[in-house]
Amino acid sequence: MDYSEALLVPNPMTPNTAIVFNEDKCVGCNRCVNVCRADVLHPNPVKGKPPIVLYPDECWFDGCCVLACRIPGASELNSPLQQKVAWKRKETGEFFRVGMKDPPPPNNRPPVGEKPLPHGF
Amino acid sequence: MYTNKTDIQNYPGIKWPYPVDYEKINRISCDVLILGGGLAGCAAAIAAARRGAKVAVVDKGPLVRSGSGGTGIDHWHDACLNPKSKISPEQLMEFYFQNPYWGGKYTMGHMRYIQAMESYKALLELEKIGLPIRDFDDEFEGSAFRDDTTGLMYAYDYENCTVIRLKGGALLKPTLSAEVERLGVQAYEYIMASHLLTEDGKTGPGSRVIGAIAFSGRTGECYVFNAKSTIICSGMPQGEWIFSTEFNGASSKFWDPNNTGEGQAMMAEAGAELTLMESNYTICANGGMRWPMYGTGDSNNTWYGCPIVDANGKRIPYTQNGKVMDWSEIYKNTWPGTGDGGSVTSGSLGELPGDLPEKIMSGEYKLPFYADLPSMPPDERRVLWGLMIGNEGKTNYPVYKLYGKYGFDPDKDMLQVPVMAPKSNFNKRAKPYWNGEVYEPWRECQKCSNCAVYDWTMKTTLDGLYVAGLTAGNNFASGAITTGAYAARNAWKAAKQTELIPVNEDQVQKYREQIYAPTKRDYGIGWKEFKAGCARVMQGNCGEYKSDEVLQNGLDWFKSIREGEMQQLYARNPHELMRTNECYTQIMVSEMTLTASMARKCSSPTMNFKRLDYPGTDEGENEKYITITVKDGKYTTGEIPVKYYLQAPYAQSFKENYDKYCALED
Repeated sequence: MDYSEALLVPNPMTPNTAIVFNEDKCVGCNRCVNVCRADVLHPNPVKGKPPIVLYPDECWFDGCCVLACRIPGASELNSPLQQKVAWKRKETGEFFRVGMKDPPPPNNRPPVGEKPLPHGF
Repeated sequence: MYTNKTDIQNYPGIKWPYPVDYEKINRISCDVLILGGGLAGCAAAIAAARRGAKVAVVDKGPLVRSGSGGTGIDHWHDACLNPKSKISPEQLMEFYFQNPYWGGKYTMGHMRYIQAMESYKALLELEKIGLPIRDFDDEFEGSAFRDDTTGLMYAYDYENCTVIRLKGGALLKPTLSAEVERLGVQAYEYIMASHLLTEDGKTGPGSRVIGAIAFSGRTGECYVFNAKSTIICSGMPQGEWIFSTEFNGASSKFWDPNNTGEGQAMMAEAGAELTLMESNYTICANGGMRWPMYGTGDSNNTWYGCPIVDANGKRIPYTQNGKVMDWSEIYKNTWPGTGDGGSVTSGSLGELPGDLPEKIMSGEYKLPFYADLPSMPPDERRVLWGLMIGNEGKTNYPVYKLYGKYGFDPDKDMLQVPVMAPKSNFNKRAKPYWNGEVYEPWRECQKCSNCAVYDWTMKTTLDGLYVAGLTAGNNFASGAITTGAYAARNAWKAAKQTELIPVNEDQVQKYREQIYAPTKRDYGIGWKEFKAGCARVMQGNCGEYKSDEVLQNGLDWFKSIREGEMQQLYARNPHELMRTNECYTQIMVSEMTLTASMARKCSSPTMNFKRLDYPGTDEGENEKYITITVKDGKYTTGEIPVKYYLQAPYAQSFKENYDKYCALED
């Protein structure tokens, strides 16, 4: 999208996006579309493209869409800024938060009892 | 790199992606029709289908994840009959009757007893269909909360052991929906049922329910279901006082945001009696001020036992009856608890000092506070951040995995507790802390409320109509699963002795006209402004303090909105059609809440119900359920005694009634 030309568009929705996609990785399989309880996402008219984020204002932020995605890094839950929680490292007192620039290395330890999902999801 | 290139704003004016046909009618016949496919609905479908019934399930979302328990559950309540439990179902009933948080004297006791009798058995059934429930790989071997013989792990109370921690509970809904599919149950997804159909189209007390009318939120097509028995598992109304998507989408809702009360509205419309419509509180209600559920530092609920430290690292003690608890006492919670909620059901036995607000004001403890996870014993830390946070609803991805992506490590990091006003929010009102700031006119239905009146078969006051789960006043996952199966057994037992009664086409036509009216308008009011406006009426006229005049003012407002804006709702696609039909539901549920509130001529501490004009409380003759239904086109209230389920025609003991009506042999 070229924003250099001014467009007559509605204001951005709040929350803005709820879920974001990496166009280079997403294959447009629409698994996330069909797991969302609120129909936040809709199939893209261009086959193979990421779903259209139509109703971010109805997102419950349960993350089922990202859990249903089979391609690592193709989609991500984007909690609104006011929902991004912070923490303090006990030893150093450093401030960290969800969504920060240059975060520390990820903690990939899986939750207790993590198993592949049945039912294809 | 993640982008927002596929936001709708970059696709101006594109067409709806699904084929739309508002004229088409799909007709389905079945033995048992289930409206709402969450935990209760899926459990009902499985129980009925296993016994040979032809079953249809209707849900506004996809069964794999729909409903309030769709994203997981970390602990399983009231498993009184598990091998380690020291609490009998009868003892548990006393606990419920004594605790207003769970309903107190207004507890639907038969529902809680069914839950206590079947909770553990239902859990073993879930294990058979593939749900991991035990510590299968001995990760917690030797821990105080683990029984090393069975591998079962207990929560909150390690002595009496009625609450079981589920290792793998995040998979509950996908496991259930896979079984529903395997049994050949017909699932109707992204479809909203909005009205019950009745014999000869006659509604009101004494009518018989023979199905329901529904429509798709994707194609707009109409679905007419004709059934011998119908079970409503559509949850609890939400959003009567609060409608805000602006701050955090639908996350201001505690339950599945698709829970908007159409079950309650359609039951009353058909003539079934509802009760506890006047019961609501501020605890779960916070507009857009909520934090991610379970996702901030806390000492309550799922976070019970986590030390809280102040800005300087000074630990705030847990106390019990004003006495500081030591660490070993905190984890040895024993029943019955003295804190709010008690250890059996909520883990709030110990709590931070009651005078904490004063201590913050005086400077003894400095804000902000943190959850000091690193100081916990390793097994307690891992079971809190790993099992509970990780399997509980809305924690697996949005909290556990997302925080982990940004490096959150419970061994090293202290999660922040939201900074809130000390006086009002660091004591009982804002617990758990992720609820954020609360405000009295922002209310939601209480945990055991807004349900149908039902008998020991879980049949409502109308033949052919049953309820389960939240719609029966049960707020637990174990309660949804057990009451779902119990209601289904009885619904199928009745269906076997019933012929299918054909639907009345005039009634179908009448409801179709109402459902599709918003598609015929291209100007008026959108669903969001409508819902927010109705919520404002409730904030003003059904808030913390009530009186006949104020409640009547609310009813006058809704009468006027019905004549005005409700006739101007527009829907530009099937999704908006679904949401505009929720507007009808919302106004009806709100009117019933106002009407039932007017009928209760006293205050009730149990219900958090305060009348300015009737400050006397609900003792003696005022101790009763207020009922409400629609008769001759008007809301009609009545009353029935508390514990009606232990009075004639029923036996006087829970056990006798359960044995007679549990329908396990059928």
